[in-house]
Amino acid sequence: MGSGTREEYDNPIVEWIDSRLPIFTVLNKEYGVFPTPKNFNYFWNFGAIAMFMLMTMILTGIILAMHYTGDTKLAFDSVERITRDVNGGWLLRNLHMNGASFFFIAVYIHIFRGMYYGSYKRPRELLWILGVIIFLLMMATAFIGYVLPWGQMSLWGATVITNLFSAIPFVGEYIVTLLWGGFAVDNPTLTRFFALHYLLPFVIFAVVFLHIWALHVTGSNNPLGIDTKGPQDTLPFNPYYTVKDLFGLVVFLIFYAIFVFYMPDALGHPDNYIPANPLVTPAHIVPEWYFLPFYAILRAVTFNINVYMIAGLAMLGMVMIDFVWRHSPKSMNKTQGILLFVVGSALTLFGFLGDMNQDWGIPMTAAETAPISAKLGGVLAMFGSIGLLVILPWLDNHPVRSARFRPFFRVAVIAFTVSVFILGYAGSQAADKVYLSTCLGDAQACEALAHGDHGAHSDDKKYHGAKPIVMKFDNTMLAQAFTGFYFLFFLIILPLLSRFEPVQKLPASIHEAVLEKKQKAGA
Amino acid sequence: MNFTRILLSLFVITIASGQAYAAGDAPKAPKQKWSFSGPFGTYDKASLQRGLQIYREVCASCHSMKRIYFRNFEALGYNESQIKNIAREYTVIDGPDEEGEMFERPAEPKDAFPSPFPNENAAKYANGGALPPDLSLITKARVNGPNYLHALLTGYKEPPHGEKLADGQYWNKYYPGHKLAMAAPLSDEQVTYEDGTPETLDQYSRDITHFLTWAADPHMEARKKAGFRVILFLLVFAGIMYTVKKKMWAQLH
Repeated sequence: MGSGTREEYDNPIVEWIDSRLPIFTVLNKEYGVFPTPKNFNYFWNFGAIAMFMLMTMILTGIILAMHYTGDTKLAFDSVERITRDVNGGWLLRNLHMNGASFFFIAVYIHIFRGMYYGSYKRPRELLWILGVIIFLLMMATAFIGYVLPWGQMSLWGATVITNLFSAIPFVGEYIVTLLWGGFAVDNPTLTRFFALHYLLPFVIFAVVFLHIWALHVTGSNNPLGIDTKGPQDTLPFNPYYTVKDLFGLVVFLIFYAIFVFYMPDALGHPDNYIPANPLVTPAHIVPEWYFLPFYAILRAVTFNINVYMIAGLAMLGMVMIDFVWRHSPKSMNKTQGILLFVVGSALTLFGFLGDMNQDWGIPMTAAETAPISAKLGGVLAMFGSIGLLVILPWLDNHPVRSARFRPFFRVAVIAFTVSVFILGYAGSQAADKVYLSTCLGDAQACEALAHGDHGAHSDDKKYHGAKPIVMKFDNTMLAQAFTGFYFLFFLIILPLLSRFEPVQKLPASIHEAVLEKKQKAGA
Repeated sequence: MNFTRILLSLFVITIASGQAYAAGDAPKAPKQKWSFSGPFGTYDKASLQRGLQIYREVCASCHSMKRIYFRNFEALGYNESQIKNIAREYTVIDGPDEEGEMFERPAEPKDAFPSPFPNENAAKYANGGALPPDLSLITKARVNGPNYLHALLTGYKEPPHGEKLADGQYWNKYYPGHKLAMAAPLSDEQVTYEDGTPETLDQYSRDITHFLTWAADPHMEARKKAGFRVILFLLVFAGIMYTVKKKMWAQLH
């Protein structure tokens, strides 16, 4: 870094420093004259905005830590003390707790932009993976941070989420004990969470540094998704993008300020203003909004995954892997592929039906014998949903980057984004919430069933003749449908599209495309 | 861009709907007019003082308010000597003194509101097993806090036909599950107002809600005032940056 040729500075102090540690040369190279594609739209602002939010969180967090007490008996009171009695404490706390939400908003838009314009593709795979690591670290930090005020949702959210790790075979229980520092979420949990909550942001900062380093090696992607071909395609970062980033940041801050000053508690949960009480469980345990899609995926797996399903899914996986990387010489032929696909699907369906209908008594479908319980299945699905982002550059190896020149991919990625919002909604609602319900059968019997449901017990003897069938579409089914689409998008749609979506003619260069757009706007 | 708009509206819908779950089987509390709502909302000091009176004469026999200090009453429009006089009516335990003994003394502005019970178990024992929650944060700790509180206090009704209430249970239209352990605490003409304000259940509920909203969010006025300035500044700054950006980019071809 900076060991190459260096131009001398006129200012003797700057020159004295720069000749010993070329900090000015590096800054000028990376942020001054750094060649940046000249066709960015405002989606490209969100990286800088996310960086600003990280700094905001670290600064407000350090000052809050000076007043916070990490002890179950004092934590809630100390947070209240901050908002009531510390000078400007209400502002600090509002900035920090809403800052988490706005950090996630910026990062989610940043991720969406990366997907839509194919920023994860060669040569930016590692840049993308570092981004996913930052995202994971953010989730860990935010989850731990929500525990610190030690309200009801802090305690119970922590209990639910840490308990997930107990689903991991063999070592699960040990991991949970290690996380808790005991046998329940208690004071040792809070103290270690506080320590980690102070540590992780600096780890994030370090990975952000690597993320930006990798970016400055490959250069930025752009809305056309084509490589820059020369100086006519780029602008120096400063002043063109410093000014544009600053404008975008200020607009973003207006929305942030609206929440901080006018509805500071709108994104939180009222239950967290009740001090934690291990003896009272809240009616609905809901995570913060930014976790809701993943929470929905976690809860969507309500079935056990038995040996039939594992075998079937493994076969489908083999077909899929062969399909994505077909260039290998050992590829299976068409007949093998179709056979494997049919048998795999049939086995999966067979195992699923066996699990759903335990009274059929199909061997090896009993819930106890399933190698992957519903709980572990949910955990795997949740982590898998983020894990898929890591391998996204290889799931989608279509040569064209930007969705602007991939009409099918464009529809798919927008549908995917919509489905993530729907998953978020599903995550916010009670699992048994019924959206649609019809009763098939005798009208009287249906009536009786509806009334029977209302009371304590429904009695089969009440029905004359056949028991009516109630068809319901509830929140679990909604979550399952869109969880299915989430995985379908990554594992089936993207590989298929990278195979079959025609390659359109791309603009010759960024410069030409920009000129053409200007002429059109002029005419 | 078209899809940007779709995404933005989806985001707004998700945020808005995500908050709307916790109502249970109770109807949504009707929206009331409050002087503190809205971007320029302020607390009504007369209402706050009446609310404090209701808290002291009615609620304080069961509910603590331990995050509120007598010195905080400055925000209610009381001066120093008035605050001292209010505090002096209460006794707090202090100590240990030089001989190691705890002693009682009249409260001072620096003291927190004394709780009606020495601990949670005593509170439960005196209230048929139910714990009266601390009221310092109650409007923040409930969905739609102020409206819910007003609805709850005015929502005591005869139970619908067929509903059975156990001993010490009362039926409330707005309480999740409808059966709660607190009897209707307020009724018409229960508290005597000195300023001629109507002595009705609705007015009492309004005043105590006003007071408790202040207790949960004492910096609300400063927060909104600062917010107005900050957003005004950001708008002007954004305008300047936009102009600079436009001018700078216009020179390119």
